Amino acid sequence: MGLENTLFESLPDVVTVKLDAVVNWARKSSLWPATFGLACCAIEMMNTVSARNDLSRFGAETFRASPRQADVMIVSGRVSRKMAPVLRRIYDQMPEPKWVISMGACATSGGVFDNYAIVQGVDKVVPVDVYVPGCPPRPEMLVHAITMLQEKIMKESVKDRRDTFEPESRLSIVPGTLPVTEGTALERETEVEVAQNEVSRPYTIPSRHERRRSS
Amino acid sequence: MTEKLHEFVEKLKAENASWVTDVNEAHGEVTVTVPRESIVDVCWVLKTKHGFDMLADLCGGDRGPEEEPRFEINYHVFSTKHYNRLRLKVLLSEDDPKVTTVTTVWKTANWHERETYDLFGVIFDGHPDLRRILLPSDFDGHALRKDYPLRGYEPYSMN
Repeated sequence: MGLENTLFESLPDVVTVKLDAVVNWARKSSLWPATFGLACCAIEMMNTVSARNDLSRFGAETFRASPRQADVMIVSGRVSRKMAPVLRRIYDQMPEPKWVISMGACATSGGVFDNYAIVQGVDKVVPVDVYVPGCPPRPEMLVHAITMLQEKIMKESVKDRRDTFEPESRLSIVPGTLPVTEGTALERETEVEVAQNEVSRPYTIPSRHERRRSS
Repeated sequence: MTEKLHEFVEKLKAENASWVTDVNEAHGEVTVTVPRESIVDVCWVLKTKHGFDMLADLCGGDRGPEEEPRFEINYHVFSTKHYNRLRLKVLLSEDDPKVTTVTTVWKTANWHERETYDLFGVIFDGHPDLRRILLPSDFDGHALRKDYPLRGYEPYSMN
């Protein structure tokens, strides 16, 4: 006699429930973060999934190296100007629903690095859901941020998180990425081509919930 | 130790007296100031005749906008055969910060010169692929110049 037999005897055959509640409950219970360690905060992020802090208690321990398989981006560390387009591209590659946690003082506001090289807050690049203070934050604080994000997910509506395909997003370009992607001197575009591309190719397409938030 | 390095300097002077404008010794290191027109010749002679087969470092320096000459390029050459180190220095003015590339002598100078161009705005004539290496390609200005503001010329934006 297992537990399910007792439940089946006591529960009715049909349960009515709000769609948002049950879908959000499924989403929040299985958050898959994207591995995005940028600096010392990443050490604390690794510690969060280790045996002592054990993020799997909250269903968010499956770190994925591919953004296609992730739905939470934990930006752990300072974001340099050169990294910002890469970060945005990884965010664009993540399928909806997706959320962003800005971990630590540097990702949140630039921290002590108030200079030309560091983006002063990752919210200039991607929409952030939870900010975690600290330098670096303790693993408990990241666990708290995950639980706060789960509370936030429960308040969302399923309609806001549809995966939208924008045809023009295929054409978006990433300026200032690694020199490897620019090709050799022979392969590089002429100045005329660059000027044309700047007109016709947008940098990035804001996701649907991002546009609604800004309006 | 430095006597041997001074021998190299004397050999350079014997080769062509105009190659050496100044010799400076400090902390057991010898620095030779070279006119910018002859830096490639000096490097070539050092590599082929005196065994300086490695360019350990190539870096720039900014003495400040009020100084003249403003920029200096330092070449740290090293001999793996005789274990000698020598520093060559080229002085450049702000109005004409140009020097001939030494990629023809040492291939490793390629990325070093790109870095120096990136951070100081010094042009290396004849460089095969002179573009930014550390800063983003759409970056405005040269970050290690003394008159570059700490927060940059304009706030960051994605576009």
